[in-house]
Amino acid sequence: MMISKRRGGLAAASVLAAAALTVASCSSGGTSQSSAPASSAPAEPVTIRVQTFGGGTNFGYEKAVAKWNAEHKDIQIKHENLTDQFEQVYWPQMIQWLTSGNGAGDVVGIDEGGMGLAKAHPEWWADLKEHGLESRKADFPAWKWETGVASDGKVFGLGTDIGGMSICYRTDLFKKAGLPTERDKVSALWPTWDAFMKVGQDFQGKVKDTKWADGTNTLYQVVLYQEAAKNGNVAYFDQQNNLIVDKNPAVKTAFDFAQKMTQQGLTAKLRNFTPEWAAGTQKGAFATLGCPSWMLGVVSGNAGESGSGKWDVASVPGGGGNWGGSWLAVPKQSKHPKEAAMVADYLTQAQTQASIFADFGNMPSNTKAQQEPAVQGAKNEFFNDAPIGEIFAKSASSLQPVFLGVKHAQVKNAIESVIQGMDDGSVAHDKAWQQLVDDAVKAAG
Amino acid sequence: MSLDTLPRATRSSHRRGRPPGRRWRSRLDVKAMPYALVSPYFILFAAFGLFPLAFTLYYSLYDYDLAGTTEWAGLDNYTALLGDEDFWRAVINTIGMFVIATVPQMLLALFLANALNKRFKLRLAIRMSVLLPLVTSVVAVAVVFTQLFARDWGLVNWILSWFGMDALNWRAERIPSWIAIATMVDWRWTGYNAIIFLAGMQTIPRDLYEAAAIDGASRRRQFWQITLPMLRPTMIFVVLNSTIGGLTLFSEPTTFYNGNVDGGSQGQFQTVAMFIVKEGFREFDYGYAAAAAWLLFLLILIGAAINFLFVRRIGGTR
Repeated sequence: MMISKRRGGLAAASVLAAAALTVASCSSGGTSQSSAPASSAPAEPVTIRVQTFGGGTNFGYEKAVAKWNAEHKDIQIKHENLTDQFEQVYWPQMIQWLTSGNGAGDVVGIDEGGMGLAKAHPEWWADLKEHGLESRKADFPAWKWETGVASDGKVFGLGTDIGGMSICYRTDLFKKAGLPTERDKVSALWPTWDAFMKVGQDFQGKVKDTKWADGTNTLYQVVLYQEAAKNGNVAYFDQQNNLIVDKNPAVKTAFDFAQKMTQQGLTAKLRNFTPEWAAGTQKGAFATLGCPSWMLGVVSGNAGESGSGKWDVASVPGGGGNWGGSWLAVPKQSKHPKEAAMVADYLTQAQTQASIFADFGNMPSNTKAQQEPAVQGAKNEFFNDAPIGEIFAKSASSLQPVFLGVKHAQVKNAIESVIQGMDDGSVAHDKAWQQLVDDAVKAAG
Repeated sequence: MSLDTLPRATRSSHRRGRPPGRRWRSRLDVKAMPYALVSPYFILFAAFGLFPLAFTLYYSLYDYDLAGTTEWAGLDNYTALLGDEDFWRAVINTIGMFVIATVPQMLLALFLANALNKRFKLRLAIRMSVLLPLVTSVVAVAVVFTQLFARDWGLVNWILSWFGMDALNWRAERIPSWIAIATMVDWRWTGYNAIIFLAGMQTIPRDLYEAAAIDGASRRRQFWQITLPMLRPTMIFVVLNSTIGGLTLFSEPTTFYNGNVDGGSQGQFQTVAMFIVKEGFREFDYGYAAAAAWLLFLLILIGAAINFLFVRRIGGTR
């Protein structure tokens, strides 16, 4: 890689120098210029950059943004989905932008895993109360709203979607293995996770070139959130932000399950939210996948047209659980906080969320949206017209929030790496638990 | 401006028809102009080399949380790093990848340069073409190589299967991941080094070869006895640059893991540069990352010194 760093460094240096000069000249001249004609000149359309993350159709904003842009000539939304990886790529980048005061969009998506840190830094965010959005409080379940309130009482985040759980499965592969393909019968196959693994072994006995599940991480998360609900609604941190990875039975149960899955060779060893995983979805490398509601959009987006009709949705073993969901926030550095707040408001409205659910499957957190007939009766064409309204919306009101600490994103990544390492063979099974605890302690420190 | 204030000499020159101040200006030209002309480098170096270096050193002595507090830590970051097995794993990865990338690369570049140093048709076009890999973007390279080295449906695993080998998980196993990344590095940089070697080779006087040929030295012997020793200064340059580049390796292994600086589930191919970015910008432990950056600086100095001593002996008098 000869010299690349040096030449790159030099090139970067000259570019930076040029940029610095440009910025300097703009900011010195720009302020005096822009302040004067701002009122008199015809208003340029304001562009609001909306930054999100996630695979497939991610936040499902494609249609909603097109609709807004058609109706609002003065405010245009530019939606950028930056990456499919939240903890490893999106959030670290976002923190850099937020701390440096430059680079973040006008509206940014935050996964639940980042909300602990976001709450602790009110200085990063614009106060949505100033833009009259406190009136939205009644639209959301209390926990969803509270999570978007910073430590100093500032309202900074509006809820987008919520978890809810299901299992996505490939009907064609089930047929090949001689399993039932109809969703009610499939749901009946696995009342418990043990039953789920047993069916998996049957499947694996009949079908050799395809694995039962995508990898360890997706199902691990599903089990973790189910178990968290039974253990005081905490995962890696208690409410005082102390690390409890080794004390919370939810973590051990989920870990044991993931370990059994990989020991029995039921996984395709793909790490979720990677290009290989997306390719595996498309090429049918696995038959089942843990699906929180928003995962439906990820699956249909990854699988593409060719996968339509091959997928279906069944209920999850072991009852409900709440894997995630996201929020939209307006960074303080936004030049157009008012317009940004309007956009965030629009994207979280009942109508918008309901149509996103119908098109992509992201379950609304907006309680009014959850009541809409369009949501309750929604069917998803890609998933064989599965009645996703019935599957997800019914349980939406009963979903429990799981408390996630300030350093949740880092600890989650460390733990997932160990679980993934167990799957790809780089972590020995008998040492995995100890390493998981050690790495979590390190990541939290 | 009155002429009275000008020195006598200027006035006399003025009388000889020179415009006032000309001499003063020309003195300024001679004295200051060279400094002005070289100053962009020094200004850039101060702004983007010296300042970050000092800034990094300063913060390496602090417990500086990028998203939180700053506290004096003294040498704590350094002592913690020296006991951090993740850091040492990154060091070993970096050196390992450097060695398996650089050794074949140097040899290949050398022989490629030797081949290009002959007379043949379309010489210029072919010489230019070895530089092509360099101008492709590293992301494009990584995308292609990531596909080639994919565990499922990857070309390399497919070829290995012809020989009855099992599919390798290139991102999960340490040595295979190093090899995959080294291939990427070599593909991009071999041609570049070959061109530098070629330039060096062309400065070697032809008559040395002619004399050797008359004395009956074979082509091969000429290469070992004339080309290599005469190429030593070029080689020192290339090897030092490679050391700096190789030890700060970042883009290839990062893009090989989807832009994630973890370098594999257990850091199988995480380099020191990736470790620094991870600690600094993902764990927000900026002080710790700064200390690691300084240790990397030391590592490069040591590596450069070792390579310098090694290369100095190449083709030396025996």
